[in-house]
Amino acid sequence: MLEGIMIGLGTAFSLTNLLMVIGGCLIGTFIGMLPGLGPMSIISIMIPVAISIGDPSAALILLAGVYYGAIFGGSTSSILINAPGVASTVATSFDGYPLARQGKAGKALTVAAISSFTGGTIGAVLLMIFAPALATVALLFHSAEYFALMVVGLSAIAAFAGTGQVAKALLMTILGLIMATVGEGALFNLPRFTMGIMDLQSGFGFITLAMAMFALPEALYLVLDPARSETGSGSSEIKDLRITREEAKAIAPVIGRQSIQGFLIGVLPGAGATIASFLGYAVERNIAPKEEQEQFGKGSIKGLAAPESANNAACTGSFVPLLTLGIPGSGTTAILLGALIALNVSPGPRLMIDEPQIFWAVIISMYLGNLILLVLNLPLIPYMAKVLAVPRNYLIPFVLFFTLMGAYIGQNNATELLILVGLGICATVLRFADYPLAPLLIGFILGSMLENNFARSMQLYDGIGFLIERPMTMGLLAIAVLLIVLPSYRARRARLRAKGVADAD
Amino acid sequence: MALDRWIALVLLMICLAYGYAAFFTMDATLPPFMKLIPVWPSTFPKVLSVMAVTCAVIILLGLEKGAQEPKPADINYRRLTEYKLGQAIALLLRPAGFLVSTVGFLTVGGLILGERKLQYLIPVAVLAAGLVWYLVQQVLGIYLRPWPFFILGAGG
Repeated sequence: MLEGIMIGLGTAFSLTNLLMVIGGCLIGTFIGMLPGLGPMSIISIMIPVAISIGDPSAALILLAGVYYGAIFGGSTSSILINAPGVASTVATSFDGYPLARQGKAGKALTVAAISSFTGGTIGAVLLMIFAPALATVALLFHSAEYFALMVVGLSAIAAFAGTGQVAKALLMTILGLIMATVGEGALFNLPRFTMGIMDLQSGFGFITLAMAMFALPEALYLVLDPARSETGSGSSEIKDLRITREEAKAIAPVIGRQSIQGFLIGVLPGAGATIASFLGYAVERNIAPKEEQEQFGKGSIKGLAAPESANNAACTGSFVPLLTLGIPGSGTTAILLGALIALNVSPGPRLMIDEPQIFWAVIISMYLGNLILLVLNLPLIPYMAKVLAVPRNYLIPFVLFFTLMGAYIGQNNATELLILVGLGICATVLRFADYPLAPLLIGFILGSMLENNFARSMQLYDGIGFLIERPMTMGLLAIAVLLIVLPSYRARRARLRAKGVADAD
Repeated sequence: MALDRWIALVLLMICLAYGYAAFFTMDATLPPFMKLIPVWPSTFPKVLSVMAVTCAVIILLGLEKGAQEPKPADINYRRLTEYKLGQAIALLLRPAGFLVSTVGFLTVGGLILGERKLQYLIPVAVLAAGLVWYLVQQVLGIYLRPWPFFILGAGG
């Protein structure tokens, strides 16, 4: 492991990769600050650039930097103008915006930066410990277990979608899997479901789909809903970035607790940074002393530190299943997985052994990214905040343009643009009707892997016997079914109880 | 009927068509030797189509009750026509060349959104198009036809 860390240090500290981290963090912060643009849109816009770099570790380092920067930028806009760019920073605005209105914007930004830094760093250390351990266990898995594990991951994503949404999330996941079957599969060499259209022969492009699912609807929402991109009058003076010793003492235990809790939540598939930040906020409010509880929501620095450290630690945590099992737990890591596959890297337990320089360089660069955000970005924030004043008349055409460009550069094919716009319209309509889009993309990316593992186990066991013969597969599939059934069952019981009907048990 | 159930109906139709293809038409073209292996190209799609149809029916019939009331739509659906702009750039890219179609796209986009200061809008659009073209062409090395098709001397 120590050897791996040294290789990683060597790769991460090369001049190109250092520039990648710095560039990624700056770009991520810059775009992440724009209201309405989340990390998923930013990463999907950046993927074509990353892929054309060619070197997988540099590309992944760039994308990870963008991811961190976007989260940091998102918290900046939620503190300064109460417009969270990302769902996971909504909890930040609960206490961050009141602080900014009291004229303590500088202090709030510092607290946010320090908590993010500590959360990310503790997350990176935990990742160093957890990932190799998990990878060792994962080496025992066969294709049957992989198949079952992916089913668990996909159903967990559906299960976390919330009450009344499970069927929708499930349908979207299956739709993603269906879209993955279009084109020529690796196993059969037969074109499937192409309807005779040549452009579908190689299937849907992953970048096209990512842009159509996230970047395009996001830009369109900005057009349709002017309030979302309201630039507001929040560009007041940001000064006095310092915090006092007492304040540092008050937030230290909060950051420690929330970093560990956030990391553990991030590791779970489907949970991710949003849930981690809300849960972190709620937990800290509940365990705070009575007089401090009143302060929450009115500008408590503890209430700001908790979601910030939790969401950064969860971002790091979500890399554990990605790097060790090759299974993404969230939309963002799913996009990263797609980028890795495009770069000819197959994440999974063998990644650490076969390509240690990629594995460790990414982990080290996560730490570096956090450091850069703290040292480089924080002093620049007063200047960067000027981007919040860009009028939306300029902003939206540019976002749309970069989305279209991204899809074109990736495939060098103008038909992709038509597919992109068509799918983008479908995605926007789906969003109007509250269908979650992330499951579709995750399903699409996992689709071919899922089918390959399924087909391989079917061939090895000559039928579906592998479900019974391998107890671990059986157990994992049982967990998957439970995950889907449980939320509906609990909602049903709650409804019955509300009606006054006695429980059967 | 609410929008989400209309969509479920459309998706149900798509899934039924997909399922029909998987169950009845795909296997006909299968070479005889592939029929000996336990998993066919249509196996996985068959499973998927059954699951998808089940989910779509659950949503369509409203079997899964939501915890909260549907929130009122806050967005005007009718402005969706502005989206056609994206198709325009796709169709224009080849004949008009990258620079012209991009400048046009950015300017028209700004105009639709209500920007009226053309003296700022056009220079910004030209600058951005030139910069991106330079980056893509010279730095990344991806070929984009810069000028309209009739100016062949520019590398058409």
